[in-house]
Amino acid sequence: MNRALSSAVLALSVSALSTHAAAGEWDLGAEVAGELRYFPNDPLFPGQFEHFQPSFTVQPDIRWESGDRAHQVVIIPFVRVDGQDDERTHFDMREAYYRYNADSWSLTVGAAKVFWGRTESRHLVDIINQTDAVEDIDEEDKLGQPMVNLTLLNDWGTVDLFVMSGFRTRTFPGVDGRPRFELPVDNDEVIFERDWRRGAVDVAARYSHYIGNWDFGVSIFHGTSREPRFAIDLANTRISPVYDKITQGGIDLQYTKDAWLWKLEAIVREGHGDTFAAAVGGFEYTVYQIFGSSADLGLLAEYQYDGRDEGLVLEPFGPTLAAPVTFGDNDVFAGARLALNDLQDTAILAGATVDTNDAFMGVFVEAERRFGQNWTAELEARLFLNADPGNAAFPLRDDDFITARLTRYF
Amino acid sequence: MFNNMLGKAASVAFLTLATIFPAAAQDDAVARGDTPDSQKGYDISARSDRSDNGFSDSRVDARMVLKNRAGQETVREFSFATLEKENEGVGDKSLVVFGSPRDVEGTALLSHANILDPDDQWLYLPALKRVKRISSANKSGSFVGSEFAFEDFTITELNKFTYKYIGEEDLDGMMTDVIERFPRYENSGYTKQKSWIDQEIYQTRKVEFYDRKDALLKTLILSDYREYDGVWRAHSLKMVNAQNGKETELVYGDFEFKTGLGANDFEQGVLRRLR
Repeated sequence: MNRALSSAVLALSVSALSTHAAAGEWDLGAEVAGELRYFPNDPLFPGQFEHFQPSFTVQPDIRWESGDRAHQVVIIPFVRVDGQDDERTHFDMREAYYRYNADSWSLTVGAAKVFWGRTESRHLVDIINQTDAVEDIDEEDKLGQPMVNLTLLNDWGTVDLFVMSGFRTRTFPGVDGRPRFELPVDNDEVIFERDWRRGAVDVAARYSHYIGNWDFGVSIFHGTSREPRFAIDLANTRISPVYDKITQGGIDLQYTKDAWLWKLEAIVREGHGDTFAAAVGGFEYTVYQIFGSSADLGLLAEYQYDGRDEGLVLEPFGPTLAAPVTFGDNDVFAGARLALNDLQDTAILAGATVDTNDAFMGVFVEAERRFGQNWTAELEARLFLNADPGNAAFPLRDDDFITARLTRYF
Repeated sequence: MFNNMLGKAASVAFLTLATIFPAAAQDDAVARGDTPDSQKGYDISARSDRSDNGFSDSRVDARMVLKNRAGQETVREFSFATLEKENEGVGDKSLVVFGSPRDVEGTALLSHANILDPDDQWLYLPALKRVKRISSANKSGSFVGSEFAFEDFTITELNKFTYKYIGEEDLDGMMTDVIERFPRYENSGYTKQKSWIDQEIYQTRKVEFYDRKDALLKTLILSDYREYDGVWRAHSLKMVNAQNGKETELVYGDFEFKTGLGANDFEQGVLRRLR
């Protein structure tokens, strides 16, 4: 969104809220980023672009809060324009909601983002928002989810209740895109198990609290799975996403003692083939002021288990994976984070996830630094090593890539 | 895999501002000590601490100016909310929200201070909407790259130290009591601190910090004291590092007291509605 447009939005909003605005406070900002991805290897599949993928993003940030902080309005649109992959050029309302805050409860109405979980290498319990899969392969970017969310704050813990509709489908890289599977996912040929498709209602609840050094959460979700299965349409050489009705229960746990954080997440899910369990657990240990410097070194290790069905089943619409694809079925993650604690908040994070079945290794390095007050620069590398034909990551074997990103904050 | 904010979080993760404001005195035999000098040092420090009783809760905006040896400046802005402890067995609760730089805007830290045990702390990362319990063991680390260490924000917590009375001294025309104090908690970066407390309104005016080799590391000057209904607050805290030549000044805006904050405003569940 350009400045003229955002001022127009602002002017409209101001006049609409002018009776309250006198006592409230506006906060306007934006992030604008330029990004370049470089894939050193030639593409494996026909149609994929060659090596360079330039793009830019704009994310305005419009907030209003009443003087007593009881009323909040947040509007955060997001747009990416990609030079190579039309599917990666997209718009999303990351957040667009009204929230009322009372002393012991809050009510949120609109598109919002919610995170549940404790672990770092995989977010099993986190289920409210759809993943924005064209942004990155790390599943950290999320689409705004329309919801009504009631939060109850008690001295015995926080209870969150959700009613959601307006299902968001996951968008995958297009025929041009990298990285992708051998057959491209057709984002327009979506199969739903439930009537009302995107209009079907999802419900969810979470209770979270802490006792001493223990923090924990218990959650339940019933509705349309954010993770699709894949129906393989060999005749049309494409993959169709299939969205099933699931019920998922989750627990998340952290024990914090001195420089140690011990973390666990576990789920049971019904609705994707046989009912299965999955878990991820491990630790984060920080060495402070390493070698007498002001830098901190964090060491991380986690184990990932997933018991979901593999292989194909025959559905009315054709051969389909029994459950959504996962990379983390029996994997070990190890990583390190170096934070220099300097004025520029320079930090480097590196890690690898190794599949204990076949030694496939996903490696990443992320480095970032602030320049001045309003700029940040980031460098990221992702490598897919030892990808054998039997591994879900086999199609990504030549899709190692480096990303450079420069962001200006307004 | 990780989001970038996690890396950013590491640099702001461990601040311990829970007890940035003096807390009520707690009668503690170890802190009082067993010699006349330690008893007198304790009594003067306790009187300074008790001048703060009953502030209830407060809100204030702050600005931190960091200067390197070449004189280049960087600015950080925060807002603080503090809830006075319910009783003397626990510490204050506080919430710090970052205002600038913009890439960390909205990052928040919730602290429940303890007296000798490590504090309970939760970090909120607004880009991820993630609430993360963090370790508070990093007492001597730098707070957001400044000359303030995390433990410097707890210097007025009475029972975290033992004391020794040194004598009276004229500090810029003001009569002060000079007291040395020795950390009782683990992981301190200091062997001792030397503090100057004035004899008129009993506020700390200056503190010298001595490193693990007992050499002078930093000097803190507290100034621009203003009174709010009987409670005094310094509005300028200037820390100068004697060993590396860098300095950091923390400047507070006007404090608001008894703003209606309650225990619910300092529970981890409230972090998500901040931003």
